[in-house]
Amino acid sequence: MSTKETLFDTSEITVSMGPQHPSTHGVLQVKLKLDGERVLDAECVIGYLHRGVEKLGEAQTYGQFVPTLDRMDYIAAVSNCLGFCETIEKLLGVTAPPRAQYIRVIMTELNRITSHLLWLGTHALDIGAMTVFLYAFREREEILKIFENYCGARLTTHMFRIGGTQYEIYDGFQDQVRTFINDFPKKVDEYETLLTENRIWLERTRGVGVLSAKDAIDLGVTGPALRGSGVEWDIRKAKPYAVYPDFQFDIPVGEHGDTYDRYMVRIQEMRQSARIVSQGIEKIPDGPLMAKMSKIIKPPIGDIYHSIEAPKGELGYYVVSDGSTQAYRTRVRPPSFVNLQALRKMVAGHMVADVVAIIGTLDIVLGEIDR
Amino acid sequence: MDFLIDYILIPLVKIGLILAVLPLAVAAITLFERKIIAFMQVRLGPMRVGPWGLLQPIADPIKLLLKEDIIPAGADRWIFVLAPVVAVVSAFIVFAVIPFGPAIRIFGKAIPLWVTDLNIGALYVLSISSVGVLGIILAGWASNSKYPLLGALRSAAQMVSYEVAMGFSIIGVLMLAGSLSLVSIVKAQESSGVWYVFYQPVAFILFFICGVAETNRAPFDLPEAESELVAGFHTEYSGFRFSLFFLAEYANMITVSAMAVTLFLGGWLRPFPNVSWLGFLDIIPPVFWFIIKIIVFLYFYFWFRASWPRYRYDQLMKLGWQRLLPVAMANVIVTAILVVLLGG
Repeated sequence: MSTKETLFDTSEITVSMGPQHPSTHGVLQVKLKLDGERVLDAECVIGYLHRGVEKLGEAQTYGQFVPTLDRMDYIAAVSNCLGFCETIEKLLGVTAPPRAQYIRVIMTELNRITSHLLWLGTHALDIGAMTVFLYAFREREEILKIFENYCGARLTTHMFRIGGTQYEIYDGFQDQVRTFINDFPKKVDEYETLLTENRIWLERTRGVGVLSAKDAIDLGVTGPALRGSGVEWDIRKAKPYAVYPDFQFDIPVGEHGDTYDRYMVRIQEMRQSARIVSQGIEKIPDGPLMAKMSKIIKPPIGDIYHSIEAPKGELGYYVVSDGSTQAYRTRVRPPSFVNLQALRKMVAGHMVADVVAIIGTLDIVLGEIDR
Repeated sequence: MDFLIDYILIPLVKIGLILAVLPLAVAAITLFERKIIAFMQVRLGPMRVGPWGLLQPIADPIKLLLKEDIIPAGADRWIFVLAPVVAVVSAFIVFAVIPFGPAIRIFGKAIPLWVTDLNIGALYVLSISSVGVLGIILAGWASNSKYPLLGALRSAAQMVSYEVAMGFSIIGVLMLAGSLSLVSIVKAQESSGVWYVFYQPVAFILFFICGVAETNRAPFDLPEAESELVAGFHTEYSGFRFSLFFLAEYANMITVSAMAVTLFLGGWLRPFPNVSWLGFLDIIPPVFWFIIKIIVFLYFYFWFRASWPRYRYDQLMKLGWQRLLPVAMANVIVTAILVVLLGG
């Protein structure tokens, strides 16, 4: 706990923000120590949404476990699914056929856009700009419709299978995606008109929650939060997986590591994701959807760590196999959980109003933190 | 008998009208606001109650009035009950001096459309709106809870500091009109033939910014910033008592709009009262001109709310004291010099 002297030597007050607070994005509790409006210290209390996901992985077969993972980061369920499927494929020594790989990349990038849109909407709402929220949801809806047409589900999609994908793309899929992707950059411009050069937005986000590159690396922060601090680290480029090497895209980075830079990074990432999707949609190869593999998944004895770039950062899976149909141990490295560590460092010395902005800018999902 | 009619009956009827019409106007404004913001946000707004959601403003108060009346166990009972009353009363009595229109003739009797023409009307409005702050502080304090307390402190600081800039911004108008009476200010604009907004554009903008801050509306809605302080000073209030705060807030919005209209936009006067060929505009009665102008201001309120993020507390203070106040003071000095030089 901080031992800073408070102004006028008054006693500091402790405010419990959450778990039922409008802007803690789920059931996060932050115990704030305040000197008036200034934050002296913040302590996160997590675990309100713990469902024992990792333990469930030991009691279910690999195939049964995949849908459960969608419930971790329910905003980016497709990424969760992709990460785990690829991990097990790696363990089995199987590669999904190219057609499946392309569908995976398209879906994952669309999902990255939905995740960033939801982040943008709620982050802006926390800072008081309510209109962006509804605009963002308008576009998110379009993507969810594509998901619904593809696999029947909108949120927890269970989109891929170990070894490929189960479903063929539907008629008109390419047209629907193409229409969306062509319009999407204009929509992003629309959000930017409302925020990017807005004086109040600049004042609320510039210099708020600064995270230096060194601190970010020390704390293990990944994803847009790390790139906002100026570190060019994106697993899609650094340790390519799926068919990302086939695509051309840039990694946007910030300079100052403040909330505004992270905002710009995510806005740019949405544009880049749209770019990836538009490339992928034109060259989906023909071929089978599933790799040749036995119906019963029994990986050889051993362990493996595989990570992907989820919308929120590095999503890693560590799986220990004892040669049976169930994992001996599954361990998830959720990006939100690790990124949340940075909160305490980022809020110190800021005001209460900044706390919600900083929680927003970290883009956390409690389902993933607590698992 | 005449005495009774002039000094008791007619004022009572006027007061009764204001007390009856104002809550209804507030209810109508809530629907107006929700619809306006909904259209800006590509959605429909209330559509369920009545055709096109038109009965929503009636359903809402009924719901609020029928709710259980909760007083938290730890609250200071008397102050908790008193606070919304202070807020709402101060919001209502301001309307005593607002001139809605010129005198109209009923049964050969000239009846002015204001309750009273106080010779310090402008000052009265400013001072009463400061009393409204008291209601908010009391509410925050009596709730005996942390978020309301923070909200109340924020709003106290905010309202007090913006009151200063607001006071300075209207001095220019007062100098031009040579009076504090709101009726005289409108009449001065009528005789000079120009709305004061053209003489005092800076003051007008300052006044409206301060007015938005004064009524705790976006982008200055810190005291009740729901994403930070849950609901600010009225977190612990529900049902009828909450509706009183709500009523006070919206009534204050009307007050600020009405003040802006009276001081800068010629009150009940039609646009360009000195241009005779626009005389056909007189077809619209003065009262309606007044109401139309108020609605324009309310529209701006909602537009702000839909467009802008929220200021942070320290930025708000900085804006009030370091930007608006110096500009307002400079405006006063420049106006004073010009009035003296041009023999005002």
